[in-house]
Amino acid sequence: MNDDHGGPAQGAASTGPQGHDISRVLGAEEIRRALTRIAHEILESGHGADDLVLLGIPHRGVPLVRRLAELIARAEGRPDADDPLDLHGALDITMYRDDLRGNPTRAPSPTRIPRGGIDGRTVVLVDDVLFSGRTVRAALDALSAIGRPAAVRLAVLVDRGHRELPIRADHVGKNLPTARTERVHVQLAETDGQDAVDIVRPGTGEGERA
Amino acid sequence: MRHFIAISDLSREDALAVLATAEHMAETQSRSIRKLPTLVGTTVVNLFFEDSTRTRISFEAAAKRLSADVINFSAKGSSLSKGESLKDTALTLQAMGADAVVVRSGSSGAAHLLAHAGWIDQPIINAGDGAHEHPTQAMLDAFTLRRHLRPGDPSADLEGLHVVIVGDILHSRVARSNVLLLTLLGARVTLVAPPALVPVGASSWPCEISYDLDAALATGPDAVMMLRVQHERMVGGGFFPTAGEYSRRYGLSTARAATLPAHTIVMHPGPMNRGLEIAGAVADSPRSVIVEQVASGVFVRMAVLYHLLATDAREAHRDR
Amino acid sequence: MTAETTAATPARDHGARDNGAPAPLLLRGGRPYGEDIADVLLVDGLIQAVGPDLEAPEGAEIIDAEGCIILPGLVDLHTHLREPGGEEAETVETGTRAAARGGFTAVHAMANTTPVADTAGVVEQVAMRGESAGWCVVRPVGAVTVGLGGERLAELDAMANSRARVRVFSDDGKCVHDPVLMRRALEYVKSFDGVIAQHAQDPRLTEGAQMHEGVVSAELGLAGWPAVAEESIIARDVLLAQHVGSRLHVCHLSTAGSVDIIRWAKQRGIDVTAEVTPHHLLLTDEEVREFDAVNKVNPPLRTAADVEAVRAGLADGTIDIVATDHAPHPADAKDREWDQAAMGMTGLETALSLVQATMVDEGRLTWRDVARVMSETPARIGRDEEQGRPLAAGEPAHVLVWDPRPVRVVDPTEHASLSRNSPFAGRELPGLNRLTVLAGRPTVRDGRVLER
Repeated sequence: MNDDHGGPAQGAASTGPQGHDISRVLGAEEIRRALTRIAHEILESGHGADDLVLLGIPHRGVPLVRRLAELIARAEGRPDADDPLDLHGALDITMYRDDLRGNPTRAPSPTRIPRGGIDGRTVVLVDDVLFSGRTVRAALDALSAIGRPAAVRLAVLVDRGHRELPIRADHVGKNLPTARTERVHVQLAETDGQDAVDIVRPGTGEGERA
Repeated sequence: MRHFIAISDLSREDALAVLATAEHMAETQSRSIRKLPTLVGTTVVNLFFEDSTRTRISFEAAAKRLSADVINFSAKGSSLSKGESLKDTALTLQAMGADAVVVRSGSSGAAHLLAHAGWIDQPIINAGDGAHEHPTQAMLDAFTLRRHLRPGDPSADLEGLHVVIVGDILHSRVARSNVLLLTLLGARVTLVAPPALVPVGASSWPCEISYDLDAALATGPDAVMMLRVQHERMVGGGFFPTAGEYSRRYGLSTARAATLPAHTIVMHPGPMNRGLEIAGAVADSPRSVIVEQVASGVFVRMAVLYHLLATDAREAHRDR
Repeated sequence: MTAETTAATPARDHGARDNGAPAPLLLRGGRPYGEDIADVLLVDGLIQAVGPDLEAPEGAEIIDAEGCIILPGLVDLHTHLREPGGEEAETVETGTRAAARGGFTAVHAMANTTPVADTAGVVEQVAMRGESAGWCVVRPVGAVTVGLGGERLAELDAMANSRARVRVFSDDGKCVHDPVLMRRALEYVKSFDGVIAQHAQDPRLTEGAQMHEGVVSAELGLAGWPAVAEESIIARDVLLAQHVGSRLHVCHLSTAGSVDIIRWAKQRGIDVTAEVTPHHLLLTDEEVREFDAVNKVNPPLRTAADVEAVRAGLADGTIDIVATDHAPHPADAKDREWDQAAMGMTGLETALSLVQATMVDEGRLTWRDVARVMSETPARIGRDEEQGRPLAAGEPAHVLVWDPRPVRVVDPTEHASLSRNSPFAGRELPGLNRLTVLAGRPTVRDGRVLER
């Protein structure tokens, strides 16, 4: 993972093309530190990496879970991790969503469960933003069709509040109180070319309108 | 995508998207719990004017794996056989709360009519209309081809592949849909049939046409697809003097299959006439993917149902 | 209707005279045959005068025909009035109202009714219905074979000598396919100056046929109706007609090959005439792609090359007339899967607009030619002595005033026909019927049927 600063520093504000206010809440360095901390937390709470499975929720949960898996493997003294595929995978939840019929068709992404499966293991679901909790609810339903983990935990880069279901994250990169009308915009180097988390507030009437 | 009526209406993007979803569905079907909640609360109606247990069961399985409810209307012993019109039947189904209708008819254009006549506004899936199209069959054929001939690349198209399709092209909706879809996905198609079973006008199709099966097989195709021959139509309709003559010239015998490259797969939409268009031994041989086609059919039909129903109906309206 | 109507037009006929004869009509400022401007004066059921600046006699109604074409009343040699037996689709009353709206003053009603018009009794009944309806002259067509069964000749002579005075005989809907029977029929009608009108369709080559056999049928998976099934019958029949010295009429010619055969036959002096429908002047088999059975017709819509060939044939006289083959069907017969739907299109009320759009406006026919192909020649073939006459003093007052200028969207709900199966619904077509006059009496004014 690189140490480059992409974009403005944390806390910097700017104005987007539609007059939206954009403020950067996490830069590349903060993200790197957050993920490192989460990796150690996971290891501590799970007493090591045995019987651990990390499943990223597409789309941005997938690069995050890969980074976490590398961090964990390094921390356990296995820098190239014999087979990283054994530790992490992806869990697509499209078929379990409760909002399909009100929205344009969603294309599902691949689900890839590590070789050892999930039965009896500790599954850590990994996603970029925790918001209403519905995504995680769908992920839990998807998991139950695949097997019976010993325990399921949740790790997120950002918790922005406004839960609609009784769901909480075990590991949080940053707690971000937000207003409902705001948008949390996560960028990752693997998918967007840089690491950054921004809060986007709808335009107040100033600036250009598209 | 509002309806799934014909490959001629399908874009390459949509075809690949449905195939991608079918791959996803296939993966879910190897889990311990194969049922998905995706279409819970919806009702899919199988409206089958023609008997077809295989296709109907395939659609039923697909709908149920997605937790949809299924209602079967088949021709025998129902108001359909008493001559109720397609229009009245459709209105009845809508009144009963159908969310999607899968229709199989002996009349070319029946699915198109249901979709566009303005009687009902549910999504329509064509399970075969006369000799016109059988789009989900073509999709499952493409899915199967891709798995075998482009393994490990679930987003690949069929560029560079050569498929030979043999049989009664004139009366075959499977042939028509396959010619369209295979060429849409970049494959090269050769149709092999006796001259009387090649439609006048097929010369404008994007494929080659040959009367000589041995010559076509000698080119080393990647897949050979045998179509079912209807004995009564053939001999009774004067297209062929005897079944034996047809078999000798256009049947995939053991000897002919032996001349094929090692990687070539043999396909058949079913049901087969063992000994007529295909030798039993060939149907049972390792290069035959006929049984796998059936499983592929369920995945593909799950994918089609997903694309039509698990979506914003207004957005889907925009497309067609 | 348009705002071009001269005066408020009550739906009733404009003032009959005391003795019951229609009031004199002066058609002012129109162009007879689309040529020089001339007034036309109609008195007591006859054309009294044609010339510039005619004076209106007392009590005459003056019709402003400025910008309009004056034509002899149109004659349709091929119409299906469906009565007796098919009254849910059309009756003699509604069909002749539709004819009058289309500018027709005479129609030949085909025999494929229930019962079939194969006896003097049925044809007389149809003729009488037409007379009492009074919207246009109805000349019943007699069947060639009993029950259209194609096996034995009907009593053609009895029908010819009946009060219906049948001269045109046809099994239309079906082909007289037995060559010996066709020969006998051709010979038989010579004695009373009749003509056999053949529906050319080899039944064996067209079993289960749904649409033209070609590129489109191959894609749509619909059973094909090959051109050769029409052409082979026509070729046979013109040779038969030549051999026995009969005249022959060919219904609804639809293929380029058929045009070529007729042209060849005429060059050899064979007494054959041919008709083309308005829909075959415009529509192709591409229309079938939407599977809307309003486009299902027999003979089927053909290719663009065939459309061009029949247009050329009509323009150069190889094809003698336009005949509508008006074939009404109730909605239930058309709102079906293609292969279960009935064949046929309505045509009386759109015919002249289509001929104008495809032939006159394209410069391939003059209005004088239109009079020839839609009035004079059909009347001659059908032996209608009073119809298709010149627009000249002393001739019967069967007249049409046609305004070629307006462009209107075809709306079958406006049609007088009971049926709505027009493939032109929603299409823009030119021209408007200002006035149809039957024996000096207006029947339709600005598209409205004048009740009596």
